[in-house]
Amino acid sequence: MAKILIIAEHCDGIVNPSTAKCVACAAEITDASIDVAVFAENGETVVGEVAAMGSVDKVIQVNNNTNTRALAAVIAPQVVALADGYSHIFGPSTTFGKDLMPRVAALMDVNQLSDIMEVLGSHRFKRPIYAGNAVVTVEAPQDKPVIATVRIASYKAVPSDGSAKIESASPDAEIPGHTRFVEVLSGESDRPDLQTASLVVSGGRALSSEEDFNIIYELADTIGAGAGASRAAVDAGYAPNEMQVGQTGKIIAPDLYIAIGISGAIQHLTGIKDAGTIVAINKDPEAPIFEVADIGLVGDLFDMVPELTAALS
Amino acid sequence: MEKILVGLKRVVDYNVRVRVRSDGNGIETDGVKMSINPFDEIALEEALRIKERGEASEVIVVSIGSADAQQQLRTGLAMGADRAILVNSDTAPDPLTTAKTLLALIEKEGIDLVILGKQAIDEDNNQTGQMLAAIWGRPQATFASEIEFSGESARVTREVDAGLEVIEVDMPAVVTCDLRLNEPRYVKLPDIMKAKKKPLDEIAMADLDVQPESTVSAISFEPPAEREKGVMLDDVAGLVVALKDKGLL
Ligand SMILES: Cc1cc2nc3c(=O)[nH]c(=O)nc-3n(C[C@H](O)[C@H](O)[C@H](O)COP(=O)(O)OP(=O)(O)OC[C@H]3O[C@@H](n4cnc5c(N)ncnc54)[C@H](O)[C@@H]3O)c2cc1C
Ligand SMILES: Nc1ncnc2c1ncn2[C@@H]1O[C@H](COP(=O)(O)O)[C@@H](O)[C@H]1O
Repeated sequence: MAKILIIAEHCDGIVNPSTAKCVACAAEITDASIDVAVFAENGETVVGEVAAMGSVDKVIQVNNNTNTRALAAVIAPQVVALADGYSHIFGPSTTFGKDLMPRVAALMDVNQLSDIMEVLGSHRFKRPIYAGNAVVTVEAPQDKPVIATVRIASYKAVPSDGSAKIESASPDAEIPGHTRFVEVLSGESDRPDLQTASLVVSGGRALSSEEDFNIIYELADTIGAGAGASRAAVDAGYAPNEMQVGQTGKIIAPDLYIAIGISGAIQHLTGIKDAGTIVAINKDPEAPIFEVADIGLVGDLFDMVPELTAALS
Repeated sequence: MEKILVGLKRVVDYNVRVRVRSDGNGIETDGVKMSINPFDEIALEEALRIKERGEASEVIVVSIGSADAQQQLRTGLAMGADRAILVNSDTAPDPLTTAKTLLALIEKEGIDLVILGKQAIDEDNNQTGQMLAAIWGRPQATFASEIEFSGESARVTREVDAGLEVIEVDMPAVVTCDLRLNEPRYVKLPDIMKAKKKPLDEIAMADLDVQPESTVSAISFEPPAEREKGVMLDDVAGLVVALKDKGLL
């Protein structure tokens, strides 16, 4: 029987949806018990939310005043101290999980598996490589715990229909003081979170200025969508980095993705492979984005986008 | 600080459209252009700038893999690294083995700062820096977009999902680079000539007392699922109708 530990991701007392998606992945492993660990300074509300997630058997609450911020160097030794008896330890492949899980694995002297997109067995998984240009089936060694990140765009969050038991733990771990949190600088936005929004509107280099990028926000706000950007648009300073979609940005799976003035480089496409419907607006009929778009419109975005916004207002 | 170690992985160039081999046993690599992993070029550029600011005295580039990686190391020397180390390994090393090899070099050379890419674009693992920091028992500053040194510590701005996070780490430390940390310099012809005279040492992984890990093994490869061919519409009115018909708006 598999015994799985999931590391919850949360911030400011709110669980990140990535946690319920990790649970969904773990639940694909047959005959598994699923525990979720919440490392926080004071995790009461988070623990409550996690306990309500379907398929979760137990929530392990680790309250500790070093856990105010999710620093990998601080959390990893605590995870290792809890790891005994678990056959699998999963975290999300968000920047939180990517930072943490390899550190956990190395402290346990095992390799780590990145971006599980499909479970084929307790030790057999599919994962994307080469920016999603290939999918590899991998087998993890049977005699070691499987430490992995879950590609959250591949999973739908489990419903909140559970009632797991809650336990407190104080793992015996040496917490290093060599890494200190200073601050987070993030643009405040009322738009839906890019990683969970069901509708996303993204703009590319063609937007040509931060000011022009407003037409992306106007369309997004009109339909209640999250807003994204290509790397070129972020590099040029038209949009902040947390909006980047793609291989090195966010991997998303909205029901509708509207790509505006984005050429469709492979590194961008890898971020939207799981989108339900892809719409592309581009003035170049040869743009590679049209090879993956379900609906394409050739034309000038500066005419078409305001027209679309007006039609939907 | 004295020495900075930079990892350069040889990977399929990012412009190549990678294909799965028809027998499903791997990736088509015959005649395919190979390059330095793009994040590693950024890592090296950052190390060179730190040295040029007078904050470090030597930049060492290392690659672990087949002898072919000499090419990428020579490019690294031409960019400005002082010397190069090739750790020979017949099999492509997994991230934990790579981290252990880098740690062996750190101990041998006495390294103060390690700068790696955040991920190698072949396997997209995004692990090695974190693993190295773990087994070295030192801080990790991953996905860096800005690094600033002050005495015995560094302030690093990290690209995280929520935006930009600033952390402070004590030295020595491992930093992994994101794309916006800098723009790597171009190599000039005279530098390529000069680089030929710079030292490039080869050492076998076994001589560093590192044993390859029993690891996750690849069973088969397949191309990603294809999307169905879409439709081209003439105007915005048509798009609005199509989206409403699909129930998306
Ligand atoms: C290691 C690595 C990782 C990367 N990771 C990412 C990533 O995570 N995400 C990402 O997006 N990129 C990533 N990239 C960059 C990627 O290769 C492309 O350079 C980038 O996606 C291009 O952005 P773009 O489509 O906005 O710009 P461009 O390629 O310049 O395309 C602009 C498009 O706008 C169209 N256009 C211009 N004017 C108009 C107009 N008036 N109306 C309508 N259309 C117009 C043009 O026809 C063109 O197709 C990465 C690259 C590397 C090397
Ligand atoms: N074989 C290698 N040789 C040198 N550096 C490597 C090697 N493998 C990984 N690295 C470094 O580790 C980073 C992250 O790689 P990965 O964890 O494989 O995604 C890369 O960007 C390199 O800087």
